[in-house]
Amino acid sequence: MPQIAQLAETYSSQVFWLLVFFGIVFVFVGRGMVPKVMDTVAQRDQQIASDLAAATAARAKADEEEEAWRVRENENRAAAQAIVAEAKADAAAKNEKKLSAAQKRLDTKLAQAEQDIAAARTAALAEVETVAADAAQDIVQRLAGVKVTAATAKSAVKKAMIHG
Amino acid sequence: MAAEVAKVDPMHQFTIAPLGGSANWELAGFNIAFTNSALWMAIATVALIIFVAGGLKRELVPGRWQMSVEFFTGFIDDMLEANIGKAGRKYVPYIFSLFMFILFANILGLMPLGVIGLHPFTFTSHFTVTGVLAIISFAIVLVVGFWKHGFHFFSLFIPSGTPLPMIPIIFPIELISFLVRPFSLGLRLFVAMMAGHVLLEVLSSFVIDGTNAGAGFAAMVGLPSFILMVGICALEILVAGIQAYVFALLTSLYINDAENLH
Repeated sequence: MPQIAQLAETYSSQVFWLLVFFGIVFVFVGRGMVPKVMDTVAQRDQQIASDLAAATAARAKADEEEEAWRVRENENRAAAQAIVAEAKADAAAKNEKKLSAAQKRLDTKLAQAEQDIAAARTAALAEVETVAADAAQDIVQRLAGVKVTAATAKSAVKKAMIHG
Repeated sequence: MAAEVAKVDPMHQFTIAPLGGSANWELAGFNIAFTNSALWMAIATVALIIFVAGGLKRELVPGRWQMSVEFFTGFIDDMLEANIGKAGRKYVPYIFSLFMFILFANILGLMPLGVIGLHPFTFTSHFTVTGVLAIISFAIVLVVGFWKHGFHFFSLFIPSGTPLPMIPIIFPIELISFLVRPFSLGLRLFVAMMAGHVLLEVLSSFVIDGTNAGAGFAAMVGLPSFILMVGICALEILVAGIQAYVFALLTSLYINDAENLH
């Protein structure tokens, strides 16, 4: 077993070179490089975590904005509906007024026309009376040869007209 | 004598030999020959530096290489976080170095480089090496424990709720089990790696000797041994990972004792 047989002659060189090379490994690899590697890993983890946090924040902000937009939209819709209702009511009132004005105009025209018709009728009736009186005077003169005064004829016609 | 040389010696692979005339290098009276063992430590170090440096691109969207390096750092980080808690993060450099160094050593030692004439050397199959690593881990446990808790650290050896009369008995038992930790830590890795390599070598000697002994032996011994060897190679790769993991895991558990003191 060379480990024991050569112990006396080799232990010092084994220990020496082990300390040298393990020391090199510890100083250059363990102290020099490993912290940098772990730093990179930590940096990456941090980057991922911050990216995730940023994404979450952005999503929350988007949700918030959507909510605000919805509120604003609802407000706008309500305002629009109010305007439409107002316009409708306005238009209805205007129509009503116009209609009533027209109605009034028509009514006065109608009344005027009725008045005119009544006047015309009385005028016509009066004319018919005189024409009938003349005719009666004429007929009496021709048939009976009696001269009737206009007043008599007129009263007779009036009597006849009343009796129908 | 020639027949003896041709025999497969399963222990020969663990022999340490100085390279390039460095046999007499000395530092403060101690021999520091640059051996094949030291060479494979250097190869593991360079491979590990290349591997981790490849993951240093620091891209936000990692490529495959960076992903695999980050997988290992994340693995060690998670293990320390699970075993020690938030305070465990400061041990990541040490545990990562330990785990990766052992893992690279184990796997490089299993590489089938023998077919191109190179002989991989698994330095984790030497208890001088695993022992030093275990002692470093144990020293960290002691330093952290006494630094954080002072002499209160000795309460680690008295489980909470121990009845007063039991303390004189429990204390030495716990103390001994604590002191045995570095040995069990170092020996576990050394034994696992050595046993695996010896087993592979023994099986390969069955294949070679059986085949040399004739067609009958080749079919009866050589072929089954070869099939078994393929399976054990896969198992050894698993063991290489598991032993590195166990070493790092136990170290982190021991550091947890020192850090949090039950």
